[in-house]
Amino acid sequence: MLERLGHTVEFPPSQTCCGQMHYNTGYQAEALPLLSRFVDGFEHAEAVCVPSASCVAMMREHYVMMAEAMGDASLLARVKALLPRIYEFSELLVNFLKVEDVGAYYPHSVVYHPSCHSLRMLHVGDAPKKLLRKVRGLNLIEMPNATQCCGFGGTFAIKNAEVSAAMLSEKSRDVLNTNAEVCTALDNSCLMQIYGGLHRQRAGVQTLHLAEILAHTEATEDLAAGGPEGEHAKEHEAAQ
Amino acid sequence: MADSTSARAAVLAQIRKRLTESSIPASTDAELAAEYQRIPRSYSRGAAADADHLLHLFTERLVDYDAEVVRATSDGVAQAIAGLLAAASERRAMVPEGFPSEWLPQGVEILRDQDANGEQLGHEALDGIKTVITTVSAGIAQTGTIILEHSAGQGRRALTLVPDRHICVVRTSQVVESVPEGVERIRAQATQPITFISGPSATSDIEMTRIRGVHGPRFLGVVLVEQA
Amino acid sequence: MSVRVGKTATAPAFPIAAGGALEDSQLRRNVKHATEVIRAKRGRVVEEAADWEQLRQAGHDIKAHTLRHLDQYLQQFEANCERAGGKVHWARDADEANSIILGLLRGYQATEVIKVKTMTSDEIGLNRALEAAKIEPVETDLADMIIQLGADEPSHIVVPALHKNRAEIREIFLDKMGLDHLGTEATDLTDAARHYLREKFLRVEIGLSGANFAIADTGGVCVVESEGNGRMCLTLPDVLITLVGIEKVIPGFQDLEVYLQTLPRSATGERMNPYNSIWTGVHAGDGPQHFHVVLLDNGRTEMLANDLERETLDCIRCGACLNACPVYRETGGHAYGSIYSGPIGAILSPQLQSMEHSRSLPYASSLCGACYEVCPVKINIPELLIHLRGKVVRTDQSTLAGALNPESLAMKFASRAFQSTSVYVAAQRLARLGQAPFVRKGMIGPLPGMFGGWTKFRDLKAIPKHSFRDWWKDHEKARQKSGGAGPVRSATNASDASRRAASSETKEGASHG
Repeated sequence: MLERLGHTVEFPPSQTCCGQMHYNTGYQAEALPLLSRFVDGFEHAEAVCVPSASCVAMMREHYVMMAEAMGDASLLARVKALLPRIYEFSELLVNFLKVEDVGAYYPHSVVYHPSCHSLRMLHVGDAPKKLLRKVRGLNLIEMPNATQCCGFGGTFAIKNAEVSAAMLSEKSRDVLNTNAEVCTALDNSCLMQIYGGLHRQRAGVQTLHLAEILAHTEATEDLAAGGPEGEHAKEHEAAQ
Repeated sequence: MADSTSARAAVLAQIRKRLTESSIPASTDAELAAEYQRIPRSYSRGAAADADHLLHLFTERLVDYDAEVVRATSDGVAQAIAGLLAAASERRAMVPEGFPSEWLPQGVEILRDQDANGEQLGHEALDGIKTVITTVSAGIAQTGTIILEHSAGQGRRALTLVPDRHICVVRTSQVVESVPEGVERIRAQATQPITFISGPSATSDIEMTRIRGVHGPRFLGVVLVEQA
Repeated sequence: MSVRVGKTATAPAFPIAAGGALEDSQLRRNVKHATEVIRAKRGRVVEEAADWEQLRQAGHDIKAHTLRHLDQYLQQFEANCERAGGKVHWARDADEANSIILGLLRGYQATEVIKVKTMTSDEIGLNRALEAAKIEPVETDLADMIIQLGADEPSHIVVPALHKNRAEIREIFLDKMGLDHLGTEATDLTDAARHYLREKFLRVEIGLSGANFAIADTGGVCVVESEGNGRMCLTLPDVLITLVGIEKVIPGFQDLEVYLQTLPRSATGERMNPYNSIWTGVHAGDGPQHFHVVLLDNGRTEMLANDLERETLDCIRCGACLNACPVYRETGGHAYGSIYSGPIGAILSPQLQSMEHSRSLPYASSLCGACYEVCPVKINIPELLIHLRGKVVRTDQSTLAGALNPESLAMKFASRAFQSTSVYVAAQRLARLGQAPFVRKGMIGPLPGMFGGWTKFRDLKAIPKHSFRDWWKDHEKARQKSGGAGPVRSATNASDASRRAASSETKEGASHG
């Protein structure tokens, strides 16, 4: 989609993980070595597109603190220089590239789940909905209790599996009540949770990252009809 | 009993120790006051709303929390109070010392906070009184609040607590818009006993719904008098 | 010295207690209903306050300033309170506070005390201490009375009986108040409470309260309440003992102008709660003639040494974070095993106990941030939860068993894998192989071990055969073959309709395997 808009996209193969899982579970020491790796891989880019709001939140909330904790002044300076160029996917389009109509076509009914980190930490606001409203053929349906957490929460979903599942069942019910064909979000982690619940119920609702919907055009094979989608949007891309 | 003197020293020492670990030095009284003054307070202190709007808001917010509001001219206060008493078939009322005599309604037995020996009424005697009539120190429009500082005309705190019916007279000049303005009005008397009252006694403890009337007065009547 | 917070030492870990709560469908309905009502009410009155964010910020700043100079403000409060005729006592921990209060009560020959809602007294287990000394504590707050009569535990810091609905409360009243009959309306219940307690208010000569604010520059104390039971306890008895956590001090009387706006809106969704009482020492001819304040540390000072931990003490106990929390919404308060439940409980309880108990609580959150969003003093609860998780992990790793537990080992392995592209890619490949026995039509069903918790309730998408990394390599090759350049780097406004044409590459990209 970014190439379709005329941008040069690079995927630094050295990239792995932003460190959020470690950091948020309390393994902050184990997250530290991942910081310089991230900076090495991305600092040359004009803009870094991260199609995962919670990863961006991790970077913005904790990278400065991590560099300080490491006592590495030069790393700290590099982190501070890089952070303003990091964009969550919808931020990149709406705020940085100033585009809302990306020329996508997607003839399905869709609900948007505002993931907690995109909503409360990045404050992306209406950006994703602006993008979805410009997708031709797409019927955007409002979801009740949309701002309530889906119950994923990283390792919370495993450590407190039963509570996480109870939260998920509320979210699943709200998604199903809209009769939408597809649920979308800015975080594949939340979508993994939501799809996991819906699939267990054999609900027949697909989950797609916003990027997957925006990549669609008339010429694209239909994703809503297809099987499970992969982790494409999970990895970070450097746009240049 | 535990030795509170050494506990005092220990707690204070512990606070100082932990703050020092966080690189926060002890400051002089002057430094402390200066730092306090620097706290940004960018919230609203109340706009200069026009008087009509202010009184309308005050009335609306009082009514919203189940108070009854009657407007009166300066020479109609006694009559307005009489009306509220009559509506409750009440012929007697406790009135604290200092309540303006020209506001006292005709044909109503006025009770005083004094027994046969000249002492304050005991709790039991007070419990036998159904209605109390007082002045107030200030009113806050935004929150529908009246403030008592229990000075002349307002009585000690128990007087406006034990009786089931509290009627108070609020002068329009006493009504301010915001909580900061209300607090400012009573600041000079800050060490008096102070009570903020917003509607009759209520609870939200049952299914989170405001239910009127538990232990405090179950009826709050406000006579709003046009007077400076 | 022993810091104690209710019965946390023997409470089960959160995931286990939560499992029990989740099976109680009546409890879950009650909690959901109550929190939804209060959230809606809060939303309306917060909306009304155009300067809400400024009030939150000021509330935060005043508390931050106070805590940086806590020793000075406490001494100021003490001096002013005693000048006005009050007596200030200091307690390092729960036992010391209980013993001070018991000593005072014995001195006044007390057999009964009327109490107005104080979570701090629950924290130190005061009622148990009183009962052991044959002094009867009478809870007068409606919810506390429901808890006391029903021999229950509080499940919320503002509305402790929130887990009980009207019908359940009626049953408790019928049973414990010796009533022949009782209506079913909410007002029937409040009338019953009024009648039941009135005699005690008029007769009992000693009152016991908590405090919402201790005002340093006047020596005054402020209690915020609704029912009038507070005013009764603060006004009618001859003796008043007020238990105050040291973090409840505020510098000035003027600061009430902030908190008396944010607390009621956050706590009960009211513009103002029915009653706020402020008194300073002893007032001749009005109210108690003997007034004692007990200032309680009980682990609070331990939070002062760290900027983030210190924020915990900003809390004004409004309970908004509980009502907003999607975890609390499912489990209610008892699952936290502490009288401080919900998000604030998850950070407060373990810290009060030097991380020795309530260690599962920092994990009782999905870090959704709803608590931070509603907090009227802007405590960054999610950040504190993460910080405390770090403390839990570090203490665990300092023992051999902790260092060798499966989670710790997995985290260490993952960290190493993420530090090397080749190990990362190999691990991905390995996981793809490892999952093979469990994959059915691209999905994974029940798994053993650590991930069993996930797959017990939900399916898991299998790692695709063709990863994005693989697709990207093919994509690059195809691009080079077709002329090398790929789409031109461009700053053109991309909303240009001419860019709607799809490229075949996009098709390939979006319909990966």
